[in-house]
Amino acid sequence: MQIKCTINNRIFVEDIQVDMLLIDFLRHLGFLSVKRGCDTANCGLCTVWIDNKTVLSCSILAVSVNEKHVTTLEGIQDEAIEFGKFIASEGAEQCGYCSPGFIMNVLAMKRELVNPTEDSIKHYLSGNLCRCTGYMGQLRAIKKFLNATRGGCLSESS
Amino acid sequence: MKVVNKGIDKLDAMSLVTGKPVYTDDIAPENCLIVKVLRSPHAYAKILSIIIDKALKVPGIECILTYQDVPQKRFTMAGQSYPEPSPYDRLILDEYVRYVGDPVVIVAGVNVKAVNKALKLIKVNYEVLKPILNMEEAIDNSIVIHSEDDYHLNFDIGNDVKRNLCASGSFKSGNVDEELKSCHVVVDEQYHTKANNQAMMETFSTYTYLDYNGRVNIITSTQIPFHVRRIVAKALDIPKTKVRVIKPRIGGGFGAKQTVVSEIFPAIVTMKTGKPAKMIFNRFETFCASTSRHEMKIRIKLGADKEGNIKAISIYTLSNTGAYGEHGPTTVGLSGHKTMTLYNKASSFKFDYDVVYTNTMSAGAFRGYGATQGAFALESAINELAVKLNMDPIELRQKNLLEEGDIMTTYYGETLTSCNLDNCINKGKELVGWNEKYPYRRISDSKVRSVGVAITMQGSGISGIDMASVQIRLNDDGYYTLLIGATDMGTGCDTILAQMAAECLECNMDQIVVNGVDTDQSPYDSGSYASSTTYITGMSVVKACNKLIEQMIVEASKILIVQKETLEFDGQKIYNSEKSITLDKLAQKLVVGDGNYLMANASHSSLSSPPPFMAGFVEIELDTQTGKIDIIDFFGIVDCGTTINPKLAKIQVEGGIVQGIGMALYEEVSYSTTGKMMNNSFMQYKIPSRLDIGNIHVNFESSYEPTGPFGAKSIGEVVINTPCPAIAHAVYNAVGVNIRSLPITSEKILLSIINSR
Ligand code: FES
Ligand code: FES
Repeated sequence: MQIKCTINNRIFVEDIQVDMLLIDFLRHLGFLSVKRGCDTANCGLCTVWIDNKTVLSCSILAVSVNEKHVTTLEGIQDEAIEFGKFIASEGAEQCGYCSPGFIMNVLAMKRELVNPTEDSIKHYLSGNLCRCTGYMGQLRAIKKFLNATRGGCLSESS
Repeated sequence: MKVVNKGIDKLDAMSLVTGKPVYTDDIAPENCLIVKVLRSPHAYAKILSIIIDKALKVPGIECILTYQDVPQKRFTMAGQSYPEPSPYDRLILDEYVRYVGDPVVIVAGVNVKAVNKALKLIKVNYEVLKPILNMEEAIDNSIVIHSEDDYHLNFDIGNDVKRNLCASGSFKSGNVDEELKSCHVVVDEQYHTKANNQAMMETFSTYTYLDYNGRVNIITSTQIPFHVRRIVAKALDIPKTKVRVIKPRIGGGFGAKQTVVSEIFPAIVTMKTGKPAKMIFNRFETFCASTSRHEMKIRIKLGADKEGNIKAISIYTLSNTGAYGEHGPTTVGLSGHKTMTLYNKASSFKFDYDVVYTNTMSAGAFRGYGATQGAFALESAINELAVKLNMDPIELRQKNLLEEGDIMTTYYGETLTSCNLDNCINKGKELVGWNEKYPYRRISDSKVRSVGVAITMQGSGISGIDMASVQIRLNDDGYYTLLIGATDMGTGCDTILAQMAAECLECNMDQIVVNGVDTDQSPYDSGSYASSTTYITGMSVVKACNKLIEQMIVEASKILIVQKETLEFDGQKIYNSEKSITLDKLAQKLVVGDGNYLMANASHSSLSSPPPFMAGFVEIELDTQTGKIDIIDFFGIVDCGTTINPKLAKIQVEGGIVQGIGMALYEEVSYSTTGKMMNNSFMQYKIPSRLDIGNIHVNFESSYEPTGPFGAKSIGEVVINTPCPAIAHAVYNAVGVNIRSLPITSEKILLSIINSR
């Protein structure tokens, strides 16, 4: 069927099979930052935004974004670079395969949570798996990033 | 040092964090045929017939291959230097299937839908055979898993395939049995470690095409490009000249990609059809049709005198290699040699092992490679020995620890040239607050906090076997190209090797261009495994840079017309007290007229494999009513020699510890009674999330390894070994039960508590 949607501020009108998953649709259109790490909606690598809310693109059909606005990491490169520098300076992008989904979720968290505690950060991101880094470096990067971009400190972990 | 020992950002960092298309599936062309494999539903069966007529008629299907259509040359998928120690017991497709998941039919078509439809329409008739699923029943079973006549061995590995024995061996020094008799205390226990999945986030991914010379190009997510070239050529029965392997960025490996898992299938499709093809494993296949960590049962006998001097260590390891022998003969050795060497002061050692075939998925390489399994067993036994001696487990270790200068009897007679383990232990003891917290503190009626400890070692490359070459070139404008065959799998070897080159050549990082692996261009490297890259390839970099400097000085002396002995190089210029030429000028002069384009090659291998060391300390909180464990803190104190890039090394330690925590607490590949893998998804096979790990703290207590580049040893594997025994120890210290079978689940703890009442 035909769908019309906005992806990273560009309008797409596409004829697609009704059973196509959003992840495959996005990758097919060349948004290759969207990664697949599992078949069971457990890894978080495929995280994108629909109307600014995070979703697992492996878990919904492409047709469901009809008339909606999808954002992938390609659409927010400035922010990706800004936060990415903090990740890089911790060395916390090891293989980097989990990075796009992780960054999409961190940037969504930044919009949603005000001064999150360490625990609420961990909870917010618990669906984003990373097999390489052990998560500690990611956490250091997030804290430094939030501090730097808000000019304020996080409230202490409870 | 200006560049080495600095936390420099990875060269590829910004492209990874901005989501650039750099992985195999991102760069595969759209027109690739999709390749999938029909897999055996039976643990052991003979194929009687395969009916493919209907499948062939599905529109878009280009190629269907059964065992009758593929070369019948046995090989091993294990990525090891040639000739491989692993037996040649595989075919691309075989008449017999030996585990649930063994490939039966290869199907390729223009899209996923067509291929899936074709797979459903293929009918296979099997004669189902009784499998062996329990490794303790393998030896001398009436069922024989490999009875093929063309089974082949390159070495005497103690194999007796008619008895399902893939490999066996023994080692001894002194008389363990006699010593044990005279010991004041003896620990005699068996420990059981399970199969684990490497679970790297990028699944096995490969695409292939024929180039204009009719050669098959394989772009693949691998740790071992040069072994892939050789193994694929052998399996397809074509000359190696016909194969080229390129490694893009890799989404993790941890040993899984030290085996040729996905490459052969698209390669043979491309050979047969002439068309590009790709195979991207889904997560289910990545779990159930690859290789896991070897399951091991390890019996330890350990004896000491009254004062706690360890006298005798005896280890027997039974290892399960599954249906095929990939890495079977080699992993097992580490369970002994890389554990008991820590207690080198003992007067007698014995190590025996058997590696057996069963009808489960083949085991293979996984970070730690047998040392992890052995560390759980021996370190747990050491902790149990301390209890019997009524001695502090740290004191017991420090009393018996190997020391710099020791000849390591159980480590191939090598001399220990660098070791700071004692200080690692002291540091960890202080950081965890051992004196205040050991053994436990009661927090509430049902909660106990306790601490645990373990130490470990690994190697740095495989002595006398691993080989790495590099080439460094001086380009016009005075920048360098570093060509390496070592495989950056995310851990940053492109960056740290460039750091070493920049240090030698006294230049900035941006003057070095690193060229990743393409077997047509890169110099040979055995690959990124066995913790070899920093130590072995790093040394090649140092050698090559020194050679290049010599060449530059010779050329400068010709231009300046001075004796080369008078010249020096400072990174910017070559000069003596009177004359000088800038690097830039020299480089430009060398590429015009009768110039001389400078390239220096070097190869390196090492006769020793200096061990890195680590002490791991954990504090847990245990709920005595439910058996639930929370990790509070984990302290990893590491001696990896000089850290070339401390920040990347730190991430490796944190990542390794977390993988170790997963192995300790819940990771276990399990099978049904018919041999079907029960947990082949992240829904069922849980790896640690960021909520499960407590706080990880990393410290380095570096020694200086004289045979390593800038004093470096290795880091990649040693970091996974301590969590299992340290956590088991903490559980004992909390509730007085010894869990000797991994993973240490709440159920096991609770049952043991109940049973011990
Ligand atoms: S691909 Fe794993 S959650 Fe979507
Ligand atoms: S960096 Fe490799 S999975 Fe996260």
